[in-house]
Amino acid sequence: MKVAFYPGCVSKGACPELYVSAKAIAEPLGLELKELTEAPCTGAGVLSEQNPQLGDALNGLTLAMAESEGADLMTICSTCQGVLSNHNYHLKQDKERMDRANATLADQGFQYGGTTKVKHLLWMLFEDIGIDRVTAAIKRKLTGLKIAPFYGCYILRPEESLGLKERPERKTYLERLIALLGAEPVEYRGATKCCGFPMLTFNREKALAMGGNHIVEAKEKGADLLVTPCPLCHLNLDGQQPDAARVLKKDIGVPIFHLPQLLGLAFGMDPSELRLDHHVVPTKGALEKVELKV
Amino acid sequence: MQFTIEVGRYSPEGTYAESAVPGTPFPAPWDRSPARRYQTYTVDLPEHAVVLDALIAIREYQDQSLAVRCACRSAICGSCAMWINGHSHLACKSKLSAFTKDGKTRVESPPSMPIIRDLVCDMKPFWDKHLAVKPWLQNKQPVPPPNEEYRVSNASMEELIQEVSCISCGACLMDCESFAVNPDFLGPQALAQAYRYAGDPRDAETKERLAEYSKPGGIWDCTHCYECVTQCPKGVAPLDQILKLRKMAVDAGFTNNAGTRHADAFAESVRESGRLNELTLMPKSVGFFNIVEQIKTLPSAFNLIRAGKLPPLIHKKIPGVNRIKTIFERVGGRFK
Repeated sequence: MKVAFYPGCVSKGACPELYVSAKAIAEPLGLELKELTEAPCTGAGVLSEQNPQLGDALNGLTLAMAESEGADLMTICSTCQGVLSNHNYHLKQDKERMDRANATLADQGFQYGGTTKVKHLLWMLFEDIGIDRVTAAIKRKLTGLKIAPFYGCYILRPEESLGLKERPERKTYLERLIALLGAEPVEYRGATKCCGFPMLTFNREKALAMGGNHIVEAKEKGADLLVTPCPLCHLNLDGQQPDAARVLKKDIGVPIFHLPQLLGLAFGMDPSELRLDHHVVPTKGALEKVELKV
Repeated sequence: MQFTIEVGRYSPEGTYAESAVPGTPFPAPWDRSPARRYQTYTVDLPEHAVVLDALIAIREYQDQSLAVRCACRSAICGSCAMWINGHSHLACKSKLSAFTKDGKTRVESPPSMPIIRDLVCDMKPFWDKHLAVKPWLQNKQPVPPPNEEYRVSNASMEELIQEVSCISCGACLMDCESFAVNPDFLGPQALAQAYRYAGDPRDAETKERLAEYSKPGGIWDCTHCYECVTQCPKGVAPLDQILKLRKMAVDAGFTNNAGTRHADAFAESVRESGRLNELTLMPKSVGFFNIVEQIKTLPSAFNLIRAGKLPPLIHKKIPGVNRIKTIFERVGGRFK
């Protein structure tokens, strides 16, 4: 199945392990990734809040690029998913906004016709690729691991533009996937909460406490690791974890896996191939539970 | 139909029924309310019953000691906001059947608010914040003569209908992630009301308001998680109003803050390269001359480098970046 692949800035920047692992799992899932190399950053909501018209034009361009590929747009980042979904929703609903975005894009080679579907890899697993295909690709059950899901705000809220009113099951995919891969999903309140990343530059200590609290809660419920479909959550929860531990005066030490890394492990790939050594919090302990080394 | 309700109970005297067990509350490390116990009740109610029906049934027929605050039972008065299965909702607007999970429904006072008794939390933090934003009109027009009113266009009031719908139930604050870790944050309800007045064309103090709301604890301390939008029972969408205030504040020149620097650095990076430059975003947002804050980020930076998470030192532009520059120029505004 061909998809217009939107890797997002972070997988090309501070989280190269996400890009590598996403590419690695494409083949066993039967995905043909047509990467949109000329697509711009979504603006992560930061640009849209100050200038909605700019957000419409930048994201309208990306949506138009996917449209011209004749394929669904696949993201691997909750934040990209949220921003693209939001603009796609409003552009489709509001002809005035669509016309203005297309006028801004005039003679730049792309016009958006409003037909693109934006789907995170997590949604595609259940809605397009299918459970059967995912199950068939599993070569190594992750039995014995207790895994806490961490969704990231923008793949859950606001519900209208993400299509969660029509498809409420999207709020349960991570738990279902964890169970499908043979591991045990950890139920805890933090799963759907904010990692604190958007506040990191404005109010560092509070942002660290926010993310740290959720990891501590998951750990107390027995989690060996957290899995997230959002690299920005990963950056705050993994990258800042030692600092969060200092702020909370607690020992944390829970590794944070990207969604494609977890899939790759279950598909029998080597942890080094999935760059599980590129983490601030060592993944060793969790991997040893399924008799793997990095 | 039988429903099982697990009620988080707290008594300042420390007296509990024997059947009340010390439970594990949603273990919020930010818990500002003391330990409570959970008591289980079974009620027989019609399928369409709401959570508040169950609580009233318990109080009337099973346990008079249960404290619960409610009045209108019609989602108008805003008295019965509480945590139901770990999120804030109006008990009178939440159907029991929809909130039955693993055979039971758990109700409790939100741990981020001080508690008075059982399901009754102390709303003082809520009202303090509400008052702090000066939720009244500071009129610029002279007082109209008797028998005349302040005139304002329909269109400008339509813009504010959403914020006027607030019933001050506090559901948004009770589920606010920023408030949970930062008691000084004004919070979604107060800031939505702040926009209601800052956005009112009759108000004379808009600039002073924006200066005040731009301070620490104000608009830039929101973490943008949309919980308030999801939990508000009246569609006020507080986050949307906070974002409007941010834009108003920046447009009015209140730009000496990390939030504005962050947006500007973000825009510059996307305009010039089509992508986010993670390497420069943090120092530019913090402010290059803010040495103390810069140093605080260093240990994390070293950790990231050691793990091989350093973004490429030479920031690469996306192919076709001129197209992106053209878009920025055509749209115009602050980021051009």
